[in-house]
Amino acid sequence: MSANIVYAILVTSLATFLSRFLGALTSEGIKETSKLFKWFNCLAYATLAALIARTIIFPAGVLVDASYSSRFLVVLLSLVIFFISKKNFVYPTIFSAICMAIINNYI
Amino acid sequence: MINKNFFFKGYRSIFTHDSPAIALTCCFIAIGALFKNLGFNIQESIFSTVLTYALPGSLVMAESMLIGASLLNIFLAVWIVNARLYPMAVSLFPLMMHRSQPKWKYYFSCHFIAISAWLIMKSNYKNIPKKHRIDYWIGIGSATVSVSVIGTFLGFSFSEYLNKDMMLGLAILNPVYFLCMMIGASKTIPVTLSVLLGTILGPIIYLLSPEWSILIAGIIGGTLAYLVGEHSVS
Repeated sequence: MSANIVYAILVTSLATFLSRFLGALTSEGIKETSKLFKWFNCLAYATLAALIARTIIFPAGVLVDASYSSRFLVVLLSLVIFFISKKNFVYPTIFSAICMAIINNYI
Repeated sequence: MINKNFFFKGYRSIFTHDSPAIALTCCFIAIGALFKNLGFNIQESIFSTVLTYALPGSLVMAESMLIGASLLNIFLAVWIVNARLYPMAVSLFPLMMHRSQPKWKYYFSCHFIAISAWLIMKSNYKNIPKKHRIDYWIGIGSATVSVSVIGTFLGFSFSEYLNKDMMLGLAILNPVYFLCMMIGASKTIPVTLSVLLGTILGPIIYLLSPEWSILIAGIIGGTLAYLVGEHSVS
């Protein structure tokens, strides 16, 4: 293994584990009925929602190659499938991949 | 040690109808292909997936390596992107804490904190006795990491067969799956508002501060949602 790549992986995993470990450590004194827990629960959901929205609107990686309109259209149609299928997670997920490949190729 | 019944119950959660297995596998197929293009070998790719097990962090590492960033820069960039794991851990571990369980289980299993495992645990923890939730959680985490490793291996092995359209399809699948899961989890006023405000504020704040947008949007949106939730209860 290349030393540079191994160091980069180790540094990445350390930076990632730090947040997880500090979270586990500080949650020892927090009761699940406390206000602090409820606040952190809201923070977690809002942070995840922000991350997902950012991934769709300001993506990194290959998604940059898809236009805004195609990304919006795929997400919108997938949500329609989600509600039509009585909130099944798998159908809209598979649909989104196929739909994105088709839209990007033909439209 | 670990209660096998609850461990395997957690492990089997990956095979349910609403399982994240497909989304996770596809995402890590894309990551595996990306690692190969970056010059990683198969051992390094799997080593990275197992040790990091966080998609945004892996992407940031890949982008940083492409531009030749220093190790300190990689550390800071990944730490900022993955700081969201802190509130995720604090909002999950109190649900699993039990006096009879050794602390090493909690410290070890915090590595499994990621959106997929977190959302599965959040939607199922009430059906598991509190004493055994940590074993169930370790089962979920082991399953999601296994799927991620399989995805990385597939992506690395078949990267030359993945054209641009296929990579685009794989890339959109992950946010769509998690968006559906978040909407599915929005059953109370505070959670629904948190998801809504986070979705709106995330991209807006990104225009002002790309690096800190997720954290700032999370803190503002989450705090507002919490206050509204407390007000509606009182």
